[in-house]
Amino acid sequence: MSYLRGIAAIYWKDVLLEFRTRQSIGTMLVFCLTIVVIFNFVFEPGSEAVREVAPGILWSSFAFAGILGINRSFSFEIDRGGLQGLLLCPVERSTIYFAKVLGNLTLMLLVELVTLPIFAILYNLPTQINLPGLALALVLGTLGFAAVGSLLSALSANTRAREILLPVLLFPVSVPVLIAMVKSTGPLLAGRPFGEVAGWLRLLLGFDLLFLAISSIMFPYVVEE
Amino acid sequence: MRNAEARTRIFDGALWAVTSLAIAAALYAVFLYAPTERTMGDVQRIFYFHVASAWVAFLAFFVVFLASVLYLATRNLQHDLIAASSAEIGVLFTTLVLITGPLWAKPVWNTYWTWDPRLTTTLVLWLIYIAYLMLRAFAGEEEKTARFAAVFGIIGFLDVPIVYFSIRLWRTLHPKPVIGGSEGSGLHPTMLITLLVSLIAFALLYATLLRLRVRLERARREVRRARLALNA
Repeated sequence: MSYLRGIAAIYWKDVLLEFRTRQSIGTMLVFCLTIVVIFNFVFEPGSEAVREVAPGILWSSFAFAGILGINRSFSFEIDRGGLQGLLLCPVERSTIYFAKVLGNLTLMLLVELVTLPIFAILYNLPTQINLPGLALALVLGTLGFAAVGSLLSALSANTRAREILLPVLLFPVSVPVLIAMVKSTGPLLAGRPFGEVAGWLRLLLGFDLLFLAISSIMFPYVVEE
Repeated sequence: MRNAEARTRIFDGALWAVTSLAIAAALYAVFLYAPTERTMGDVQRIFYFHVASAWVAFLAFFVVFLASVLYLATRNLQHDLIAASSAEIGVLFTTLVLITGPLWAKPVWNTYWTWDPRLTTTLVLWLIYIAYLMLRAFAGEEEKTARFAAVFGIIGFLDVPIVYFSIRLWRTLHPKPVIGGSEGSGLHPTMLITLLVSLIAFALLYATLLRLRVRLERARREVRRARLALNA
């Protein structure tokens, strides 16, 4: 019980901090929309090819924007010695990791929530999107990305290269999650029934649990000081 | 002390000699002993280098994984020396795989590249370990470099089968004409022998390179430590 309370306390600290400073969410959102607009230039206007690659564009935007937030989740702790404070908390080290995953998940889901309708309008997607299924796919996919991302952010934030290193570390490792995300989102965006992507979603859930387990075991080794 | 030094020198010399012999034997086997493949012709001979490089690359990354686990468990920097050196050699051999593959694929498949699971996984593997080397270059102090690299070395290695699995699913759900030949099946005995000789030669080359690289890395760190001590 106290384990969960620890997670909630650190998570709440981050939410409050973000609410008061709004350092990440605004930049992430604008960046996400910018990428959506830029991808538009790849296609002929009104071309049918757009629908086929829509899930790929969507996830590229989410992942690129997500990197910004995930990067900050540890780098701002390091700037003013916040990490030392966190490490002095009377909680297990993995508590910090899970709180950060939750924080990054929240940030990315907020960005996705705003971007998705705009994306649907700009790219003229069919109106019969399978919304409950899509919501589940977004949560599972983003969780997997945040699970690896939060650990690697703790790594990269502590190096000399700081923010530049995270994308290089994170993207190749998260290839399985990215594939499963794109494959499950495609049919759902086209309004196909849930059963068609159930396999991919189950797989995504498996990846999430696996990455959460490995990362939470490795996290204490990253922050030991 | 002098005795140990002499023994190292003898071992080094022996390793060099055996490796050179094995490579000469592999060259002989590949170009003169092995028969010419009926449909692919002489270009198929690159197979012996291609496959041997791939296996040695996997061996090298497995060594990185083992050394990383050992480092986190014992905190002995000796293990980190091995991990760092083996990762670099692994990237070298993966690069060879990625160069010899398209060279072979162009005349046989009529394309340099295809997004088949094995090719794609190899490319992702290569990217993961280049990221590993970059992490090492930017981490900072020696102890931190070792610790961070060990964490990433473990995650990267565990990730590879997951990557392969997900790419295979992605591809089989998306059926495509099969262009890849099944190279493992029905290999002619002389071809199999040639492959084995080539494998042994590459494994010995790996051992020789690893030994050299570890020694270089150790010397480099000693110099850095000495320089820090002078500045302090």
